[in-house]
Amino acid sequence: MSHTLAEKILQGRTDEEITHAGQIVNCRVSLVLANDITAPLAIKSFEAMGAGKVFDKDKIALVCDHFTPNKDIDSAEQVKVVREFARWQEITHYYEGGNVGVEHALLPELGLVGPRDIVVGADSHTCTYGGLGAFATGMGSTDIAGAMALGETWFKVPPTIRVAFEGKLEPFVGAKDLILHLIGRIGVSGALYRALEFCGSVIEGLSIEGRMTMANMAIEAGGKVGLFPADEKTLAYCKAAGRTGDKLLKADPGATYEQDLTLSVTGMGPQVACPHLPENVRGVDDLKGLKVDQAIIGSCTNGRIEDMREAAAILKGRKVNKNVRLIVLPATPKIWRQAMDEGLFSVFLDAGAVVGPPTCGPCLGGHMGILAGGERCISTTNRNFRGRMGSLESEVYLASPAVAAASAIAGEIMNPAKL
Amino acid sequence: MLVNGKTHKVGAHIDTDAIIPARFLVTTDAKVLGANCMEGLEPGWIKRVQPNDIMVAEENFGCGSSREHAPIAILGAGIPVVVAKSFARIFYRNGFNMGLVLLEVGDDIAKLRDGDSLEVDTEAGRIKNLTTGETIICAKVPPFMQELLDAGGLVPYVKKRLADKQ
Repeated sequence: MSHTLAEKILQGRTDEEITHAGQIVNCRVSLVLANDITAPLAIKSFEAMGAGKVFDKDKIALVCDHFTPNKDIDSAEQVKVVREFARWQEITHYYEGGNVGVEHALLPELGLVGPRDIVVGADSHTCTYGGLGAFATGMGSTDIAGAMALGETWFKVPPTIRVAFEGKLEPFVGAKDLILHLIGRIGVSGALYRALEFCGSVIEGLSIEGRMTMANMAIEAGGKVGLFPADEKTLAYCKAAGRTGDKLLKADPGATYEQDLTLSVTGMGPQVACPHLPENVRGVDDLKGLKVDQAIIGSCTNGRIEDMREAAAILKGRKVNKNVRLIVLPATPKIWRQAMDEGLFSVFLDAGAVVGPPTCGPCLGGHMGILAGGERCISTTNRNFRGRMGSLESEVYLASPAVAAASAIAGEIMNPAKL
Repeated sequence: MLVNGKTHKVGAHIDTDAIIPARFLVTTDAKVLGANCMEGLEPGWIKRVQPNDIMVAEENFGCGSSREHAPIAILGAGIPVVVAKSFARIFYRNGFNMGLVLLEVGDDIAKLRDGDSLEVDTEAGRIKNLTTGETIICAKVPPFMQELLDAGGLVPYVKKRLADKQ
């Protein structure tokens, strides 16, 4: 049988023969992930299961990144639970303090995820690793506890929507704009229960970081995974991260797709998702004049070094508007150091930005940039649900680092090409 | 299980930040989470709920984050059943694992209004609307998921698998 990317990866880690979408299969997992919010519940369930030891102490990653550096006593207590479990279980990949970064930026750079892997994480943006050709998906804490105990989990083989991006990208238009455009087209339930598989000349031209930005938001269309083929770029990225033995990966010719979409990007400007759903996508010029109070550059979607460079290129020699708070959160210690060594922090500080530690922080309304009633934020994060970043009366607009930086300077939503 | 209760209808794409905002995720306590259920939709929403009431939603209920705190908050609020046009994927799995009954009814959702009295037979997947007299029959869950339910949920299922291994 000819397999889609999703089917091919699942088939590689199950003894059952995959014959059709909708089939339920048990698969061996490559890595199991949880964070400071979801691990405490997973540990509770793990103990209720009567599981003594995890299936493999080298294949569990516990990343305390959401409310860290601990924002209050309750969050400190939760991290303590995770830390003690990690010590007791001798978990190799436990991250807190100086080695922690936003999980979905951290694990790829540590070489813990790669093509053909199956990764399950108690975090919905686990789908980010699809950018490397991994079948990676979010689950709840109890499913993760089961996977930590058994080293396997069950999947319903998803039907696949194949999306080809063709044409030529305009200046200041990139991966974030592509995925926002797609979500605007198909809606927040457009890929519900389905795999998204990306292809086309634009995709081939994207960096691995850009592919991870796109895969990251597959869940925002309801998708189970957002998959990219693994090409020479993927292998070079994985090798640089210290991995060995990864191989090219592409879908079989003749595989069955539920739907084929082709999107032409020629002439498309930067995209912005308006409140309160990621599907409310408009061209940036439609929003001209809309004042902003805050701009966030960071997160598992856009907190990587390329994103830092993209923002710095806009901010260089300019000042943030006096009515705007610009907060920059490089997603990992490695990115932080790189940004510092490249002189990007001087650019950010000269412009009047705040540079903070690696953390999910404001993305989910945790800390380090919470919004008051009536405030509006332009953000490179992934969700703009009502109240997501603070007050129920606040608003979040989602965009690329270039648009967020340009808007911070202008004091209103701004096309970087027109700054 | 037979559930008798009044419906509380919510809209489409109700996300997990609406069900339980992130600021409450500093605990795993079902009572605390339950007391703040739907606080991201409407402050004080929970005050209208009586034990065994039923949540009714449009499409894609539970979209967004993977937080298991969402089904725990709904259960903690005393709501044992959610009926929706459709559910988001991670939430659906979490609901099953937590013992929250999720019934997907598609376009039949139009037959349920806010404040209707329902009698839900969770095993048969039958919803009787006592206010209008209409009955909705839900599609059966896949056999493997029924096996999980029969085992009492994922925790006892894994417990048994681990015991079988030894």
